[in-house]
Amino acid sequence: MKSIALATASTLAVMAGSSVLAGPQAEVLHWWTSGGEAKSVAVLQEEFASNGGTWTDMPVAGGGGDAAMTALRARVLSGNAPTAVQLKGPAIQEWYEEGVLADISSVAEAEGWAEVLPASIAGHMMCEGAWCAAPVNVHRVDWIWANADVLAANGIEMPTTWDEFNAAAEKLQAAGVIPLAHGGQAWQDATVFETVVLGIGGPEFFQKALVDLDTDALTSDTMVQVFDQMRTLRGYVDENFSGRDWNLATAMVMNGEAAFQIMGDWAKGEFLAAGKKPGEDFLCASTPGDGYLYNVDSFAMFDVDGDDKKAGQDLLAKLIVAPNFQKVFNLNKGSIPARTDVALDDFDICANLSAEDMGATSDAGSLLPSYAHGMALRGAQSGAITDVVTAHFNSDMSSADAVQQLADAVANSY
Amino acid sequence: MSEWLENHLPKVVLAPSFIAVLIFVYGFIGWTAWVSLTRSKLLPKYEIKGFMQYERLFDSPRWDTAINNLYIFGALFIAIAMVLGLLLAILLDQKIRVEGAIRTIYLYPMALSMIVTGTAWKWILNPGLGIESMVQGWGFPNFEFDWLVNPDYAIYTIVMAAIWQSSGFVMALFLAGLRSVDGEIIKAAQVDGIPTWRIYTAIIIPSMAPIFLSAFIVLAHLAIKSFDLVIALTGGGPGYATDLPATYMYAMAFSRGDIGQAASSAMIMMLVVFAIVVPYLYSELRAKND
Repeated sequence: MKSIALATASTLAVMAGSSVLAGPQAEVLHWWTSGGEAKSVAVLQEEFASNGGTWTDMPVAGGGGDAAMTALRARVLSGNAPTAVQLKGPAIQEWYEEGVLADISSVAEAEGWAEVLPASIAGHMMCEGAWCAAPVNVHRVDWIWANADVLAANGIEMPTTWDEFNAAAEKLQAAGVIPLAHGGQAWQDATVFETVVLGIGGPEFFQKALVDLDTDALTSDTMVQVFDQMRTLRGYVDENFSGRDWNLATAMVMNGEAAFQIMGDWAKGEFLAAGKKPGEDFLCASTPGDGYLYNVDSFAMFDVDGDDKKAGQDLLAKLIVAPNFQKVFNLNKGSIPARTDVALDDFDICANLSAEDMGATSDAGSLLPSYAHGMALRGAQSGAITDVVTAHFNSDMSSADAVQQLADAVANSY
Repeated sequence: MSEWLENHLPKVVLAPSFIAVLIFVYGFIGWTAWVSLTRSKLLPKYEIKGFMQYERLFDSPRWDTAINNLYIFGALFIAIAMVLGLLLAILLDQKIRVEGAIRTIYLYPMALSMIVTGTAWKWILNPGLGIESMVQGWGFPNFEFDWLVNPDYAIYTIVMAAIWQSSGFVMALFLAGLRSVDGEIIKAAQVDGIPTWRIYTAIIIPSMAPIFLSAFIVLAHLAIKSFDLVIALTGGGPGYATDLPATYMYAMAFSRGDIGQAASSAMIMMLVVFAIVVPYLYSELRAKND
């Protein structure tokens, strides 16, 4: 009995001691729990520890972050927010408006973030002029992936317009190949939809329709054409697509059952994991049309008490944007670094193409946030649009009806 | 002291659970009602804005689909599960051999979670893997059974899976009811030469009215709170064709950061439950008072 009491006392003493002596502390809430993602986070964890910090991991798996957001809500409401949380897009500003985010401008300015990040991506990290989040990576969403052998066998080039795509698809269909591998889940329908909006309407139209939610753009003839193209694409999908996961669709392209897939660059990870070589076994290109749709993961910094936690926050922010982590993390995850001054020699040709296009579109003003992946709009608005897109794609709704419903749904989402 | 304790012991013992229910059930119903009148988005806010969340709800085509699906699913699921359960119970009641084994077989689906049921049926009904592909493989290339991926029929696949899961349970309820009917009456009827089907329709089934009510209440609340089956079987798709109010509420509260909207849909679900349960409680209480 005595020894237990002694042990307890000494444990308490050690705990008390450690909290006094501890260096930077960070509790990090994230949902990178699957194989490659967990490995990527471990990189950050190690770097944090080797800089003298104590990392408390708080992974919450499930529901594409829904479960993590529920956990976050509970933590914030109880007045005990984590140090840093994996958040992205307008959700950062939404949390800022609840008055719970911290200002990390001192780190950002000392590290010169404004010079190394593309302006539109930096914009997502700011809350009313102050830095409040740190970007981790850039996923490109408007990719079209193809099976190189299938294209060669049918004499097809990578399409650069949607008309070319349709012509290629007709040819493939006649040859008995599924033209487009697709999974009938709402977010996948939305992913295809936004690449069509970008391709047919162009970057300016995309900005007006899916970022500014301009009613005229939403009900325009261009939007009708977009829905017409969605209906056409529906004909190029096999009939068994409902509810299919995206990686199964990728597998269909891999084994030659289907020719194309429209999906963000996380699909590349599937190809690479199966030992396929970019440029030889599979091809990557941007979807028909100009522009670049990005999906940027980031960590938002929450307001915390205590100098050790604040120090941890600053250290974490600094490490996240530092070139070394940006490179190692993104090599693991298949995306590209958010900062533009990282050497890309170790990255594959698809990543290099992505980085090149990011630079070019950033200069041209056509570097745009992905609506389907929560970068452009808040949850209620993007959800309302996705409802219409997926309802149209999965029924025989006319394009005119879809456009009308789109405008109504957006108006009803506030 | 001991006398006081004797008089008040039941109250003392019940008090904690009474308080817990008061706070965690009725307290939070009140909280949800309050939030449903606000513009709460990511976090709850408490400034009352009137009924705008309900207006948004009734303007939403997705909610229309969800509530229509609840009617279709609820009506078909309850009706078919009860008819099938009754039929199975009557057949089992014919003093057949190995009744115990058969009863267990029919009851077993109940032991599976809805997630397992949903996943199994997803594979069975998948046109490329399940029944359609099997029958086509037998040499009927024109055979089609694509309900799961057809937005107009997908809701019926949920009905099928739910019936498969629950009708065995309804059968057990009815079987207990059948066994509790006084054997003397049945024998008397048989002596009078009344045909068996008449015995069932005129004597046994009417005397089982309370069992029908219990089965109905159990199935109705299963139908209204259905969530996991939809998530596992169709994920609400194709599109949102198989959304139910519970999945709508989940999407609004946890995926979209629209807590006010989620709260208003939860209140409507509660009203639907009330519409079913209140008449039941009323009739129960009245029967006791008589």
